[in-house]
Amino acid sequence: MTIEPADRVDQVPPSGIRRFFELAEEMDDIISLGVGEPDFSAPWAAREAAIASLEQGKTSYTANRGKRELRELIAEDVDDRYDLDYDADEEILVTAGASEALDLAFRALLNPGDTVAVVQPAYVSYVPGAIFAGCDVVDVTTRAEDEFKLTAEVLRESGAADADALVYCYPNNPTGATMTGEELEPVAAFAREHDLLVFADEIYSELSYEHEHTSIASLPGMRERTVVFNGFSKAYAMTGLRLGYALAPPEAIAAMNRVHQYSMLSAPTTAQYAAIEALETCGDEVEEMCAQYDRRRNFVLSRFEEMGLSCFPAAGAFYAFPECPGEDADEFAEALLEEQQVAVVPGTAFGEGGAGHLRVSYATGLGELKEAMARIETFIS
Amino acid sequence: MDSRGEILELLRENARYSVEDIARLSDTSEDDVEAAIADLESAGIVRGYQAVLDWGAVDEDDQPVRASVELNVTLDRETSYADIADRIAKFPQVRSLRLISGDYDFDMVVEGDSMSEVSHFISDKVAPIPEVTQTVTHYVMESYKEQGIEFGDGHDDDRLSISP
Repeated sequence: MTIEPADRVDQVPPSGIRRFFELAEEMDDIISLGVGEPDFSAPWAAREAAIASLEQGKTSYTANRGKRELRELIAEDVDDRYDLDYDADEEILVTAGASEALDLAFRALLNPGDTVAVVQPAYVSYVPGAIFAGCDVVDVTTRAEDEFKLTAEVLRESGAADADALVYCYPNNPTGATMTGEELEPVAAFAREHDLLVFADEIYSELSYEHEHTSIASLPGMRERTVVFNGFSKAYAMTGLRLGYALAPPEAIAAMNRVHQYSMLSAPTTAQYAAIEALETCGDEVEEMCAQYDRRRNFVLSRFEEMGLSCFPAAGAFYAFPECPGEDADEFAEALLEEQQVAVVPGTAFGEGGAGHLRVSYATGLGELKEAMARIETFIS
Repeated sequence: MDSRGEILELLRENARYSVEDIARLSDTSEDDVEAAIADLESAGIVRGYQAVLDWGAVDEDDQPVRASVELNVTLDRETSYADIADRIAKFPQVRSLRLISGDYDFDMVVEGDSMSEVSHFISDKVAPIPEVTQTVTHYVMESYKEQGIEFGDGHDDDRLSISP
């Protein structure tokens, strides 16, 4: 016999980023502005705590929901930062990256045949996650003229009113767009009016440069219908340690934990020790990394302006999302890679909503960033 | 942070950033950057710009000998720490001089072409100063980090070239 993939797996097209990755991997000496993770390493104190935990032989499972000490620190942290009140025992689940938490939410909180409204352009996992859970997807495509912010108008026009759940990410990957508390209010009102479950991916919450991040769960009537996803990958530069968490009311966390306890058992133990240390002592390093990203953001946006590349002032994460000066962003990105050895990701890798744009990551040292900008300038002139 | 503070941070990070780049990085104009730097210099906040060297990477013959020296002094009614520091700091061999808390008074870094040059400097020039009661000299054997810059090999960027 031949082993065939299941239908729901077959239904998910191969990652659009994959082909481009293979192209880039074949070339030597490229400067990549195509990376979706920090160029920093995790703060040394966090790494050292991980090493110490290994030296002490702490290599067993933890509680399904994660170490209690870590959940308490997370509860304190989200309360301090975003005014979110979640109970460490009942309302927090520590997962293997925010990605696992999202997958759990799709599988544990939605039924096959339910509809998920996905705000586009989007991080690559949302649509497949929904499909793997047997859900239908409706695209909610944000507009360049709104600087890729989610508006009630776009929600209405896309038919999101009939969906069961809404999933979005702000600060956004791939656009770098952010939403203020005020801008979230009509989104929250829409969710309440149409009784939508909201999956809010806030993994970039600490990387908001123009205003304080607001969690939609802190708005009136939203906590009960929201699952917040966050983690240590971006702010603490711990992507490879795979540690995230979900915040939600007790019944949602209990359901997600039921899947988690059978599929993952518990999030990586070593990473949990690193995360405890990160929350306890690494605030200054996070601030310093944020300051560095903000400077590079200023730099990239200034350079784009100087070379006449139209780009809205992205205010979060570590991405700028300029308009592609060529007809076709895929072709442009390919030619830029071949002729100038600079990799950027065409917006369509993040769904049709990204068409005509390029995702430029500034999670790269300033020296390389300067050189890459000079090459892009040469390429377009 | 105000823009002057931000510019100062950038200079501390890399004093060779061009005015143009500092303006881009701090989202200010080049004129404002020029003015802020002039202010920082004339206010005596920024006292100089120097390269950070890993002497271990330089030819052995060209490597200076450096020593960290503990100095104890005695004060009297007419002589303050600043007076003593002023006398000592004038010697070009003295690279840094700080008054510190703890078991001794001054922490001094001295540089010379050879160990004997440094030793003679301490015994002939520093120890005889009337207020200096004791010197303890520690020769620097290896330097791993200076001015916040690590001298290790660092590590290659092993991230995937493209990731979502």
